Amino acid sequence: MIETLIFYLFATILTGSSLAVISLRNPVHSVLFLILAFFNAAGIFVMLGAEFLAALLVIVYVGAVAVLFLFVVMMLNVTVESFRKGLTRYFPASFLVAVIMLVQLISLFGSKTDILVKPAKASASDITNTEALGQILYTDYVYLFQAAGLILLVAMIGAIVLTFTPRNRMRKQIINNQVARKPSDTLKVVKVETGKGVG
Amino acid sequence: MEIGLNHYLTLAAIIFIIGVVGLFINRKSIITILMSVELMLLAVNINFVAFSSFLGDLTGQVFTMFILTVAAAEAAIGLAILVVFYRNRGTIHVEDISELKG
Repeated sequence: MIETLIFYLFATILTGSSLAVISLRNPVHSVLFLILAFFNAAGIFVMLGAEFLAALLVIVYVGAVAVLFLFVVMMLNVTVESFRKGLTRYFPASFLVAVIMLVQLISLFGSKTDILVKPAKASASDITNTEALGQILYTDYVYLFQAAGLILLVAMIGAIVLTFTPRNRMRKQIINNQVARKPSDTLKVVKVETGKGVG
Repeated sequence: MEIGLNHYLTLAAIIFIIGVVGLFINRKSIITILMSVELMLLAVNINFVAFSSFLGDLTGQVFTMFILTVAAAEAAIGLAILVVFYRNRGTIHVEDISELKG
């Protein structure tokens, strides 16, 4: 009973904050509701017995991706009122598509009742979810794991290369010029007569 | 009432549909479009984790981890492209992004 209540609490807040993400006017508010949606999805993951993925969702999404969104939104200085012009124009078509897709998906899930099984979490009760995940991640899926690291490396290099601007105002040390510099190029001995100055 | 697999799948379907509607009605701002894509990926993740938990197979959770990796990379690259575009053009409206149209 309490599990049902908790599930509906998380599901309601997740749905409501997702609706707020797509319908709010201010992008900063949208990002904040996206963070709330990710937190509630992490709660759903905990209910499903995937604690490691819940922690990963909070760390990666809330800690990195959502904050990155927030930084970009605040950095770009976009005007709030300039969006939302085409909201009413596309709303009937999107509403139609959404209703059709939702009815199809839910009727698909409702028709198959034999997959309504209890979670098979009692198979390895002495081993935690994180440990079980690590045991298969570093053995069976080690190449995919390396590929995921490669994807992150490529994404990092790409982001740096895209946003890097060479700063040509900065003065650098040119060692060749320093070594090739001779006293005869720069020094000049001037005989100054008395009372006349260098002029 | 017992919470079964259907509940989780329905929740994931609702979140996915919300993401699709967000793509439709927010055709002006790329940032909201990227956030809608993140919502759709989250719905897919809920599906994977629900099936993984109810079938007792951890492969779904491993796959969810890779989806998280790709989603993080996509967000980083997309936002970097957005920043570069804003620096060049001073706007991020979708209609103004037509330089490749020829």
